[in-house]
Amino acid sequence: MIEEFSLTEEPKAPDLSHCTAATRNACKLCTPLGACLVFRGIEGAIPFLHGSQGCSTYIRRYLISHFREPMDIAASNFNEDSAVFGGAKNLHAGLKNVSRQYKPALIGVATTCLSETIGEDMAALLLDCRRAIPDLPPVVHVSTASYRGSHIDGFHDAVTALIDQLVLPPDPHGGVNLLPGMLSTADLRHLRELVEAFGLPVTMLPDYSDTLDGPTWMDYEALPEGGTSVEAIRRMSGARATLEFGDTLRFTRRTAATNLAERFGVVRENLGTPIGLRATEAMIQALERISGRPCPPAITAERGRLLDSMVDAHKVVFGKRAVVYGEADLVIGLTSFLCEIGVEPVLCASGGKSEHFPTALRVAVPELPSTCMVRDNMDFADIDALGKELKPDVLIGNSKGYGMARALDIPLVHAGFPIHDRLGGQRVLHVGYRGAQQFYDQIVNTFLARKQEKSTVGYSYL
Amino acid sequence: MPHDDIEILEERRNQVFRKGEGAAEIACGKRSAAGSVSQRACVFCGSRVVLYPIADALHVVHGPIGCAAYTWDIRGAHSSGPQLHRNSFSTDLQEKDVIFGGEKKLAAALRELIAACSPKAAFVYSTCITGLIGDDVDAVCKTISKEAGIPVIPVESPGFSGTKKDGYRAACEAIYKLIGTGDISGISPHSINLLGEFNIAGETWIMKDYFRRIGIQVVSCISGDGRVDEIRRCHGAKLNLVQCSGSMTHLAKRLNDEYGIPFQRISFFGIEDTAAAIYGAAGVFGDPEIESRARDLVKQELLKIQPELRRYRKILKGKKAAIYVGGAFKAFSLVRALRSLGMRTVLVGSQTGNPQDYEQLKELCDPGTVIVDDSNPLELAKFCLEKDVDLFIGGVKERPIAYKLGIGFCDHNHERKEALAGFEGMLNFAKEVHASVMSPVWNYVPRRANRKQERMAA
Repeated sequence: MIEEFSLTEEPKAPDLSHCTAATRNACKLCTPLGACLVFRGIEGAIPFLHGSQGCSTYIRRYLISHFREPMDIAASNFNEDSAVFGGAKNLHAGLKNVSRQYKPALIGVATTCLSETIGEDMAALLLDCRRAIPDLPPVVHVSTASYRGSHIDGFHDAVTALIDQLVLPPDPHGGVNLLPGMLSTADLRHLRELVEAFGLPVTMLPDYSDTLDGPTWMDYEALPEGGTSVEAIRRMSGARATLEFGDTLRFTRRTAATNLAERFGVVRENLGTPIGLRATEAMIQALERISGRPCPPAITAERGRLLDSMVDAHKVVFGKRAVVYGEADLVIGLTSFLCEIGVEPVLCASGGKSEHFPTALRVAVPELPSTCMVRDNMDFADIDALGKELKPDVLIGNSKGYGMARALDIPLVHAGFPIHDRLGGQRVLHVGYRGAQQFYDQIVNTFLARKQEKSTVGYSYL
Repeated sequence: MPHDDIEILEERRNQVFRKGEGAAEIACGKRSAAGSVSQRACVFCGSRVVLYPIADALHVVHGPIGCAAYTWDIRGAHSSGPQLHRNSFSTDLQEKDVIFGGEKKLAAALRELIAACSPKAAFVYSTCITGLIGDDVDAVCKTISKEAGIPVIPVESPGFSGTKKDGYRAACEAIYKLIGTGDISGISPHSINLLGEFNIAGETWIMKDYFRRIGIQVVSCISGDGRVDEIRRCHGAKLNLVQCSGSMTHLAKRLNDEYGIPFQRISFFGIEDTAAAIYGAAGVFGDPEIESRARDLVKQELLKIQPELRRYRKILKGKKAAIYVGGAFKAFSLVRALRSLGMRTVLVGSQTGNPQDYEQLKELCDPGTVIVDDSNPLELAKFCLEKDVDLFIGGVKERPIAYKLGIGFCDHNHERKEALAGFEGMLNFAKEVHASVMSPVWNYVPRRANRKQERMAA
């Protein structure tokens, strides 16, 4: 029988805590991934990587496994010659081919560590391509060397590049711009619904809520429907205000919102990612202020139901110790909500380097116990090592914490990106009262299920 | 867009072939056209997938974080013991490393990780920028190897330096450095190595069980459930069975040239191929007892699965399938396996097939079958629609193409969790094909529902 060949006892995992020279089981991805995700959120756009073929294939595979949707990313497919003499020829051929085959409304070109290391002058190269390829659609390029920053930096830099390279002089239209950050497709849909409930036309950048979470097709859609239109991006200069989510961005000198503010005087409203009661309230107040309208009763009712459920289950979660990890701004949002419901975060970890993360977190969540560790630039070996000491009751974050949850025998509540070990990861709703409600129910029921499973006698009512 | 409007890129026209029409030969082994959304990855990927299952080795990726992050615990390649291979270690090069070099960081990473993990060997993968910034990875490996007393082997895998196939070759070269360094005493005269078998979902164990039952010793499997010490002594085996021929023929040839070990191309997918693989190996040793045990085994195993297979065949008869896989060897087996289920393959292709592979595919397939080399999502969608297939067999990147068009999909790639090799694997495969094709959900998916209505109207 094959059982005699297979694993009988799981070996003890090595202690990696002292191996600090290497990154061990990274809690981050590379910058071009963030840029590709953003470009996928532009109507009719195709992401294009200037570099090796593998970068595009790996990023496609990674995103497809989360979103479970097609995710085409073209590449200039460097070879030895391009690595030595530059990738101009491949860039030219690649842009030409992708234009013919996909007929895109925009090509979003992101560099890779390869093209960055050899010092490609993208502006000049793209100008040459524009001259040589008559029907080339608009091209936006962003510098995404993967040795500088992580996927979340690539994400924000791509948003900034789109605004920087596409926006035209202002033609005031009274709408608002919304820069949501890296959220789920369900989040993006809900945010649009919330802003529109205040009667505000909104340009959300990016918006992959349809392109990465759409219906099945009658014919193959080379580029799926949906996304922010290039035309809408061009008109972002005429908006009343830009809502920009992300506490750490408040401390960042240059963002896409500051770009619009400095160039066109569009008011920048920086807010925390609206996860939980307070952050959602802050967003609602901003929308009331901008629109001059009171909060619609349906939204107030959702807030009421959330509070009611928080009362019902407060004892289930109170005092539970949580480790939260992921992108800095997502972690801040989740931590804020956890503190509102009486869960005690013991470690808040961001995988990328984010110098403003600890400050931004302490400002956003002033009641966070001083004993809670707040660290950036963490990998899963770091989180693992601290996790063992801190004895958490629950992990909250993406599916890459699974190994740690298994080793510690504690539950993992899925949030953020990527969620590779469950279906529907792209539809996890984090934001708004509704998102808080769903997230809350999930945490509560995780604890209840755990207690029930571990019960020696079992029970069928609470 | 309607499938007729999907254009085949000019550079790619000779990589698309219809049996019974047009050009005699299909072009292959080419670099992917720039701008074509190839389903291939890179040289690094080729090396990484082949070496990944060696479970007691340390695998360190020397480069920026992406290459390591995307290959963390991605294969369902099981180990019966150490789980070291399931970690992702990277030097995570930063801008200052790119400017000043990353050798010191690599050396420090290796020293610390070897001390903590006590691996039997270490593989150091170079990536796109390792060579560009002038790091002497070979020198670092030599130094650390001397210090630590274990083989520290550089893997020449910068992403741009060829195709995925060149990565396979680099992996074979890395493995070859281990071979011949172990003690071969005590190896049976009836012994084999399994090459190009990766123990996805425990498939190696199925094969090892068969060979044990017929009295053949498996010295080493490269690389499924792989162990460094087994690889070191694999030159003591009398025969090499090469499954994933795309990745491992190079190693088999070297073992043949330098140690005189003959090799056979085999496949454990499908009944016919599994039986042929077992008989082929059993016949080599000239021992009638082994041959008779092989016959008994095949008979026993077939008896177990055939009644159920017949039931599936009845239901699946006449359904049409598309296949797009990494290596062509798997495509042959799948065409035959589907045929044994009564199904027809109308589109078949691979990322890395060679001219002989495509010749063989042409012979195997029915007239009108479309054969593609290094295809892309648009082409695959075009032909799936044109041929109106019921099933697509491929990997993660092909899955959404099928699902978006309301086509059943069966994962035959390295992430799968179901064992599909051997006789029991064939039954699992039939079950999965059945679940993929016969689910009632297709009745509600608009394109398929329309198709059904049209058929009924006709």
